[in-house]
Amino acid sequence: MQAIQDKEGIKRYLITLYVNGDPYTKVVKANTLLVNVLRDDLDLTGTKKGCELGDCGSCTVLLDGKPVNACLVLAVEADGRDIITIEGLGDNEKLDPIQEAFIENAALQCGYCTAGMIMSAKALLNSNPDPTEKEVREAIAGNLCRCTGYVNIVKAILSCGRQSKGGDE
Amino acid sequence: MMEGKFSVIGKSKPRIDGRVKVTGQAKYTGDLKLSNMLVGKILTSPHAHAMILKIDTTEAQRQPGVKAVITHEDVPDLKYGISPARWDENIFCIDKVRFVGDKVAAVAAIDEETVYKALALIKVDYELLPAVFDPIEALQEGAPLVHEQCPGNVNTEIHQNFGDVEKAFAEAYYVRTDTFVGQRTYQCPIEPHSAISVWEGGKLTVYSSTQSPHYFQYYIARQFGLKMGDVRVIKPHMGGGFGGKLEPTGLEFAGAALAMRTGRPVKMFYDRHEMFAHNRGRHKQIMKVTTGVDKHGKILGVHADFIMDGGAYTSLGVATAYYAGAMLPLTYEYENYKFDMIRAYTNLPACGAQRGHGHPQPRYAYECHLDMLAKDLGMDPLELRLINTRKPNTVTPNDFRVNSCELEACLKKAKEISGWEEKRKNLSSGKGIGLAVGSFVTGAGYPIYRTDLPQAAAMIKVNEDGTSATLYTGAVDIGQGSDTILCQMAAEAMGFTYEQMKIVSADTETTPHDFGAYASRQTLMSGAAVKQAGEEVKQQVIEMASMMLQTDYRDLECREGVIWRKTDPSVTITYAAVARDFFVRKGPLVGKGSYTPPKLGGTFKGAPVGTSPAYSFCAQISQVDIDEETGEIKVEHVWDVHDCGTVINPALLHGQVHGALFMGMGEAVWEEVVFDDKGKILNANLGEYRLPTALDMPNITSELVFSPEPEPAGPWGVKEVGEGSTIPTMGCYSNAIYDAMGVRVYSLPLSYEKVWRALKEKREHEQQK
Repeated sequence: MQAIQDKEGIKRYLITLYVNGDPYTKVVKANTLLVNVLRDDLDLTGTKKGCELGDCGSCTVLLDGKPVNACLVLAVEADGRDIITIEGLGDNEKLDPIQEAFIENAALQCGYCTAGMIMSAKALLNSNPDPTEKEVREAIAGNLCRCTGYVNIVKAILSCGRQSKGGDE
Repeated sequence: MMEGKFSVIGKSKPRIDGRVKVTGQAKYTGDLKLSNMLVGKILTSPHAHAMILKIDTTEAQRQPGVKAVITHEDVPDLKYGISPARWDENIFCIDKVRFVGDKVAAVAAIDEETVYKALALIKVDYELLPAVFDPIEALQEGAPLVHEQCPGNVNTEIHQNFGDVEKAFAEAYYVRTDTFVGQRTYQCPIEPHSAISVWEGGKLTVYSSTQSPHYFQYYIARQFGLKMGDVRVIKPHMGGGFGGKLEPTGLEFAGAALAMRTGRPVKMFYDRHEMFAHNRGRHKQIMKVTTGVDKHGKILGVHADFIMDGGAYTSLGVATAYYAGAMLPLTYEYENYKFDMIRAYTNLPACGAQRGHGHPQPRYAYECHLDMLAKDLGMDPLELRLINTRKPNTVTPNDFRVNSCELEACLKKAKEISGWEEKRKNLSSGKGIGLAVGSFVTGAGYPIYRTDLPQAAAMIKVNEDGTSATLYTGAVDIGQGSDTILCQMAAEAMGFTYEQMKIVSADTETTPHDFGAYASRQTLMSGAAVKQAGEEVKQQVIEMASMMLQTDYRDLECREGVIWRKTDPSVTITYAAVARDFFVRKGPLVGKGSYTPPKLGGTFKGAPVGTSPAYSFCAQISQVDIDEETGEIKVEHVWDVHDCGTVINPALLHGQVHGALFMGMGEAVWEEVVFDDKGKILNANLGEYRLPTALDMPNITSELVFSPEPEPAGPWGVKEVGEGSTIPTMGCYSNAIYDAMGVRVYSLPLSYEKVWRALKEKREHEQQK
């Protein structure tokens, strides 16, 4: 990683992030958080900040396919790696099935936890296409929602599991 | 029945904001960026109680990138608050700080890092004062005074007496008294508070995560001496509120002052710790309840004697204090009721309105108390309640008129679907089942400040080519889905389709006035205004169609975007064609509506608090499994039966029940804001302040009951749903724990440790025998 020093002697690092398939090259400090690069530098504000302590899960993104709290990842750690954010799911023509399922099952209210919740669900479904209810609850246990009691969120994620197996219960 | 009667309401239409929220496109206040925008933050007090001797901002001002540093000297010193008698807050503290987190100064700078550097460079000299953190200690003689003008730290004192409680107790077959304690809890919306203030040539625009743009507009205009017309408050998408975003947060005031000073947009925000410190969450209440019954269990009189910890300021707490007692008589019929309350000032963060406003803790106390009474009388707790349950078309002792009321049906249905009778007898060891009820307002009868403005107003414009219509409403969608259900109501009233509705909401400049999202008011109040506006549109459409079709307007019907002849349904014309013609011939096709409730309530002091056009009712039964060794409470199932009137959107409605119940569950078992002996919060984060996760939630069955006659006060008969289900949960769990183990926990939360201790005490007590 290339580094340059500013006039105050603070080092800046040149990093390249592969976000939703596209390369972005940025200069960051050693303590710059991934969530802030995504939101402030790339204007990908679908990833939310709820606590900046890794407690709420609102900033969940996929880093090389694994769900991480983007507020606990340094931007320099993500250098050269693949990141998927909520903006990287689905496309203009068709939403990702999990996004559809959240709408159909009324699995969102204020929507602030939704992106993180969907990314955690996505990670689960990628590795386990037909999860049990317990596995779903475990997969989103790090994503806090204050509106829904998780009832419809769990229902939405489970519905995707069944669909992936051809719709049988 | 519903199918035929309505075309758009009563259906689980998808949320109007669903797509933007699942794709991440929805912009919340903190997501907005304006050109040349500065970042601002507030410096808060590290001490619970101290005189401010000197504030030196010189070094902070010199920090490169800092554009403004302001203190009380730079802002109006006008006090603000809920009612003139209790205006007790300033934008920044002037002579002393009253809690850890009290606002002292603010900085605007080019970025967040510079702001934090500058905050650290502000020097404040404090002289520490003795502080008081307990409401009972605060009320003792000689306790440190939080506000010098308020002797004894009494912020609010209430003594209401209806009928003759003493006589009722004297004549009662049995009288019982119990005391319970609630705790401070915090709303914890997942979106932190933020506000962006823009000052442009005498006009202030504030983007804010607020439950009430109108109140913010009012407060900001008053505070800075601006005309309300020169203050515009806009609520972008919002990440929950639950009461915590109903009143000024300090960010709007400080941000406005910084924007005026710098001439640049200023974004202010709280981090999670600052949210806890600003607080305005649930009050801690100490609740003594006494009930006298006759030998059949009929309640003759009730005395509620409460003390509440208000924290350092009034906030919305006067209303909370009144609500605490005012709502108790809603569920059971009795004529003699006495309510005493003192809300004490302490050197802790101010408390305000949290989901269920003032009522969940008293309801916990009362529902536990009733179960204990039932046991003393040898009665089934459900039967005791059925004997006393409120009936429709009655008036409470404190003069609340109740129209529709299906509490009895709620209880009976909950009993049936939960298998109550069988389970009371036959649950295996460690398992128990408990019951509690609740009731809540459908909108407060009177606004927060004295005004003759209508509660809600709305406007609908059918767009020029007639293919869509836009609803303009001041109602505030904070996540509960008001944008969706109000569009459904508009389409129903207009004879239009939901799918072609657009909405502009919660912007004080472009939308008609509405007081906002609190007290579960919008479906009824905003909905009434929307219905009126829709009907006005429909009438104009029918008149135009009657001209176009050369048919008597009385022979025309209009639904879902089509107008047809009742006598010959083959004669139809589309809404779009009529609306377009209307625009060509007459100009914009608009309808407007407004809603003012009838005069409600009695004339005694505090009579307005708790009045409402309509009340919801609810019964909850829960089944728990207690681990005898650890005290761990596993809630297996909760059955909630709600009487919430006509349903506009079933999916969204049940979502409200789930969320309200979830919040009640958090407060029942885990949630409590904990302070150290210096008044600092020990768990001001979402890890240690324990919200329930997806792994903690029980199975939930949410069912409804309907009254034979729809609620007359609401449009189409709607009533509350957003807060009601928070209210019974704590009492319901407590009663289930008692049923399981025979132990009673007298304070919230009903933590594993408290249950374990109660079990240990019980065992020791039994061994001694």
